[in-house]
Amino acid sequence: MSVSYAPTEDLELIRTTARQFLEDRIGLETVRELMMSEEGLDRGLWKEIADLGWTGLAIGEEHGGAGYGLTELSVLLEEMGRLVTPGPFFASAVLATAAIDTAGDDVQKASLLPRLASGEIIATLAVFEEPRGWDLPSLATTATADGTGWVLDGAKPFVLAGQQADVIIVAAGFDDGIGMFVVPADAPGLDVTETPVLDPTRRQADILLNGVRVDGSALLGGGESTISLRKTLGIGTACLAAEQVGGSQRCLEMSVEYAKTRYQFGRPIGSFQSIKHRCADMLMKTEHAKSTAYHAVRVVDDDDEFAIAAPLAGSVCSEAYNWIAGETIQVHGGIGFTWEHDAHLYLKRAKASSLLLGDARYQRQLLGQAIGL
Amino acid sequence: MTDTDYRRVDDVVDELFARHPPQSTEPEEFWGAQYDLGLAWVWHEEGFGGLGLSRKDQPHINWRIEEAGGSTENRLSNLLGIAMGAGVLTTHGTDAQKQRWLRPMFTNQEIWCQMFSEPGAGSDLAGLSMRAEPDGDEWVVNGQKVWTTLAHVSKWGMLVTRTDPESPKHRGLTYFVVDMEANGIDVRPLYQITGEAEFSEVFFNDVRIPDENRIDSVGSGWRVSLTTLMNERVAIGGNTVPRGSGRIAKAVDVWKRSGSADPLLRDELIHLWAEVEAARLTSARANELASAGVPGPEGSIGKLAWADLNKKITSFTLDVMGLEGTLYPGGYQLTRPTSFDTSMPQKAFLRTRANSIEGGTSEIMMNILGERVLGLPGEPRVDKELPWKDVPRG
Repeated sequence: MSVSYAPTEDLELIRTTARQFLEDRIGLETVRELMMSEEGLDRGLWKEIADLGWTGLAIGEEHGGAGYGLTELSVLLEEMGRLVTPGPFFASAVLATAAIDTAGDDVQKASLLPRLASGEIIATLAVFEEPRGWDLPSLATTATADGTGWVLDGAKPFVLAGQQADVIIVAAGFDDGIGMFVVPADAPGLDVTETPVLDPTRRQADILLNGVRVDGSALLGGGESTISLRKTLGIGTACLAAEQVGGSQRCLEMSVEYAKTRYQFGRPIGSFQSIKHRCADMLMKTEHAKSTAYHAVRVVDDDDEFAIAAPLAGSVCSEAYNWIAGETIQVHGGIGFTWEHDAHLYLKRAKASSLLLGDARYQRQLLGQAIGL
Repeated sequence: MTDTDYRRVDDVVDELFARHPPQSTEPEEFWGAQYDLGLAWVWHEEGFGGLGLSRKDQPHINWRIEEAGGSTENRLSNLLGIAMGAGVLTTHGTDAQKQRWLRPMFTNQEIWCQMFSEPGAGSDLAGLSMRAEPDGDEWVVNGQKVWTTLAHVSKWGMLVTRTDPESPKHRGLTYFVVDMEANGIDVRPLYQITGEAEFSEVFFNDVRIPDENRIDSVGSGWRVSLTTLMNERVAIGGNTVPRGSGRIAKAVDVWKRSGSADPLLRDELIHLWAEVEAARLTSARANELASAGVPGPEGSIGKLAWADLNKKITSFTLDVMGLEGTLYPGGYQLTRPTSFDTSMPQKAFLRTRANSIEGGTSEIMMNILGERVLGLPGEPRVDKELPWKDVPRG
């Protein structure tokens, strides 16, 4: 299979536009303000992002999007990763959008995707119930048929952007397996509680469902959708990998810059091999991470290859970013351990993102299954 | 390559095949004809094995010869000459030198070796000690080289020597081509940790080299050495292996046959597989970007990554074998190897220990990445301006 990695004009344009907007409008000072704010989100900025077309980048033109694919979307994620951009973009524009796009029927897509593309609504996906329950063992959240609709009961303690979302797509067990149900955030019986998190740039909520009633039309695709859910999580993994690449690259740049300008023993510390070689290792790991992430987003339409490429990227990029973010603190020494320095923003993002959809070990299990080991 | 270049190359290849059918012509004769038609190193100037085209046109020619049942085996059996020596001669040699050496090099009649490293000069190549002193129209050479591939079968050796001990180390070097059959040269097998002698030590005792075999001017040996090493990198880089092949395939094979149900071993295997695949995709990406004219750091990290992976994979393979990994079927034979086969995991484990040393240690590769790619400052160099004779050695 032939895959091209050379950046096209469109990709370059998306990258330069995104970098400029993020640096001008959501620099690290803004990140810190949002990180410590109550909602963790600036609705005005969200509107600006939507007006730039980011929330609809990978949504089809027939649904009000730009009609691009995962490769283009991942460039945005990579650029946001560079600046640990806060907010529900990953939950809404990646996870929830992919869930609707892969599992929804035409009516559901026509009703939801245009509102996601325009930024009118924010959505999220509520799946996991156990701390290490990434392989979706039988879900304790259930959907019970009730007339023409469904009644949902259960708990989802780790829902990304749960309190920011207007719509929550809930994965629940029912007769035929797992179904994904579109639940409005104000549905009676739905209890959403914001949870303090390791990485406050990406919020989570604890969600309880007590007899939440939804219409029959709330079930995405009208039935069982385990395969679509797994594909959605694979797309999430690939996009998260791109975000991890952006963070890794920024950490490498911060470390190199500091190593050139910080003097000890009368020399820039970057002239000592212990520091220089650490930076060279960061470079190597970043490049390897890029290769796997760029590959994954380019093969998303080839199910067999994507089954290999997504967990490959997930495991390689998670390990790379965790290591690089940790070493970035070490290269910076004491200043790197302060609240004032930005290194901790990256460390927290790195660790949390490596756990969201399955840690590197879990991704390697998926990879092993895909390659027959 | 442009369409016109393609047509031109194909026309010449057709002419070669018409006059010397690849399947029925003796390789030596075929290679001679290939050289004479300018298809040996197609980017060389006409008359020296080339047509003045681009280096990128060569793979197409090689592919056509192989497809027609001809041999390109000379490129491997005389690798150091064809991949590196030829580049040195065209960049720094005189027309007489090119005339004398290029054709028999390409026809494989004269094998070449490269003598750079010394017991006292490894990573710090420019600090080497082998002495060459002028004597009339000749130079008299004394000293020792080490880790020389193919020395025992070579006719010619590329040699870098110290001609001015009073100058700082980079400035006092001179490059020669030496006749390996000359009096005073003693080639001894250098047995490595596998017990085999893939390499040689070469001792020089009052060896006389005619001045006409000097490459470029006296004192420019460092520059010529850099050309040699640059050609080495071009020769090594550029090919991407298939997914899951090579050493990781062997590890997978051994793991499957072991029937192991140990989840830790399995995770380690998949972990290695993933790292290999990441390195492989990085090579593929580097190749594509390089051919699109976007050179990046991806190429430089390949050697570093593969050295480390080869060592980890072959060590892991013995772990999977358990007590079988303690055996060494066939035992250690102190011999010259007849092939470079390392399909036996125990031998592969031993041989790959050198991957992070040979052709530039991993430490030196990381310095290159740190300084040339990331722009980090170099180490203070205590020997840079000092006359070579005053630099401490040991």
